[in-house]
Amino acid sequence: MEILTAIVVMALGALTLGAALGYAAIRFKVEGDLITGKIEAILPQTQCGQCGFAGCKPYAEAIARDEAEINLCPPGGDEGARKLADLLGREFKPVSGGGDGEAAKPKLTAIIREAECIGCTLCIQACPVDAIVGAARQMHTVIDALCTGCELCVKPCPVECIDMAPVPETLATWKYAYPVIPIKSVERASDVSHNVAAMNDAESSHQKVA
Amino acid sequence: MLQKLFKFKGGIKPAHHKAESRGTPIAAAPLPGHLVIPLSQSAGEAAQPVVAVGDKVLKGQFIGKAEGWLSSAVHASTSGTVIAVEPRLMPHPSGLATLSVVILPDGEDRWMPLQAPDYKNMSLKSVLQYLQDAGVVGMGGAGFPSHVKMQDSAALGDLVINGAECEPYITCDDRLMRERAGEIIAGSGIIRDLLQVKRVLIGIEDNKPEAIAAMQAAVEAAGETTFSVVAVPTLYPAGGIRQLIRVLTGKEVPVDQRSTDLGIQCFNVGTALSVWRALNLGEPVVSRVVTLTGNVEQPGNWEALIGTPMNELLALARPRADTDGVIMGGPMMGIPMPACDVPVTKGSNCLIARSPTLFPPPPPEMPCIRCGACARACPQELQPFELYWWSRARQFDKAREYHLSSCIECGCCAYVCPANIPLVQYFRFSKSEIRAAAREQKMADSARARFEFKQFRAEREKAEKAEKLARAAAAQAAKLAAERDAAPEGESGAVGDAADAKQAVIAAAVERARVQRAETDSRDA
Repeated sequence: MEILTAIVVMALGALTLGAALGYAAIRFKVEGDLITGKIEAILPQTQCGQCGFAGCKPYAEAIARDEAEINLCPPGGDEGARKLADLLGREFKPVSGGGDGEAAKPKLTAIIREAECIGCTLCIQACPVDAIVGAARQMHTVIDALCTGCELCVKPCPVECIDMAPVPETLATWKYAYPVIPIKSVERASDVSHNVAAMNDAESSHQKVA
Repeated sequence: MLQKLFKFKGGIKPAHHKAESRGTPIAAAPLPGHLVIPLSQSAGEAAQPVVAVGDKVLKGQFIGKAEGWLSSAVHASTSGTVIAVEPRLMPHPSGLATLSVVILPDGEDRWMPLQAPDYKNMSLKSVLQYLQDAGVVGMGGAGFPSHVKMQDSAALGDLVINGAECEPYITCDDRLMRERAGEIIAGSGIIRDLLQVKRVLIGIEDNKPEAIAAMQAAVEAAGETTFSVVAVPTLYPAGGIRQLIRVLTGKEVPVDQRSTDLGIQCFNVGTALSVWRALNLGEPVVSRVVTLTGNVEQPGNWEALIGTPMNELLALARPRADTDGVIMGGPMMGIPMPACDVPVTKGSNCLIARSPTLFPPPPPEMPCIRCGACARACPQELQPFELYWWSRARQFDKAREYHLSSCIECGCCAYVCPANIPLVQYFRFSKSEIRAAAREQKMADSARARFEFKQFRAEREKAEKAEKLARAAAAQAAKLAAERDAAPEGESGAVGDAADAKQAVIAAAVERARVQRAETDSRDA
């Protein structure tokens, strides 16, 4: 009898909680894919397709479905990959192709040599972020403030009049450098005490950070 | 006037070094060989040039038009000819060039016809517009446009006039208050009327007794009752806006608010003088008082035209032979100049000639020993050692959590650090990285919005095309139906038969093809 009561109580509990959970799943359903949004916020939105997907959003979706690596985004660089690794709890991998990530590519912007433009509109169609203005048989130009430097417009141009140029540094974009510790040679005499050796070690690790 | 004063936390007492340059009166600097006037001298966008090469300009003539409300106008500092409008090196730690107007003086120093505005009968908005066009910006060093600071005058109670001048070496405000106290008081009175505040507090560090006496005399002479000249204890950085407000009123500006949220606005004494000149004489800002000191034979204060190359100005103080550079500003917060010939701007309050003996290279940086001296010295009540670790590890989110943005870069922490860590450099690095990240995030967001809109547009075009095709097909079907209806009754079956006939033709063609294939297959076999 006692066993029966226990079974009934547990069964009732399971039913009630199951019903509550089922109701909550419908009532508090979150529209959209939360993790995709978070991943997309980290991606640099150049829409360049270098990851092999048709833009940042498809790549974010693929990462969310666990179908893509997190180190496929060269514009985002190692820092972006690190942020993704933090967000997703995955292992960090340096961005492929970017070497050790130290030499992040400088930001580029497309420049149309306007005298040579024939007004074919092919680059306008290729630009994922609507940064090129112009009309058929009219000269086109790049709005440089909107250009993400994805290089997708370079290939379609039939007269090869689009150049990629590094964005010049201005007062608005200038940054203070990381305080560099000047490197100096330390003579390591044979009678170096432990303390000095330890200090040298500390300094060499210092320089690595710098 | 007796007034209860308050204290701010932290602060340091470095050697003053003010005695060298404070003794002699302000002298007018002679006209330099040429003037380089940067169009970017204040916060906000750079001004747009309105003169071209070869133009003759008069002193005070408009040469740069303000670009947006946050920007400020720029004027010719003397009469002469514009010989270039091109990027020139500016006094900025970046060593970057900015668009500048280069003027060859004609030696006459002739003013354009000046007309003082009737500001008492003008609306606040037009007075502010006038100040923007006169290029009035904060003369304390930061160069924030003054008209922007005067725009929300609602609910302001106190006006603080900052004459603390807490940094070592600098004495330009000291001399200004001693020699032009009347004008400063009159300018402060104008600002008071514009902002409609009840009380004006003039804070001056007590190591400037002559300036305090002069300002008090000027207040009495003007018969102002709302003004009080307050001697504040000499403690660096008493001239920081939050620190001065704390000392004078006892109010602490919360971390996420501005002083105006507490009803207090603050202006430098030099700015008050500029306001007076602009509104009473119609003079735009074309010169400023600069302290020349450091490794020089004859330290002193000079009234220099904006755009004077620093080496020409510094030559007046006769720098010693071992001078190896110029610092603009004080030794605590000043910045080393990228070259000796960069121009004096509206924010250049002091030029210090540098020499290896006066400013020896910093001793090597050693590991942080977590003594907490920086936290005790920090006037903003931050924990610099935490900020340092996070900045060094490039953990900018963490640095932000510890209120890096509240750091005023006064250098107290680095001054007291026993491990000689250049803390302020780390903080500046961190701050500029955070700013860059915010800027990139904004650009990425706008790029995403445009990308999504482009996709939406492509979808819409596809849908429209499909709809158009469907409409055309429907129209075709309707036309056929109409033809069928129009046809005689007996032939209506024939249309159905026609469809059947079409099917039959296709079937026949398929059959033919099959037979043909079978034939070739058998032939091959």
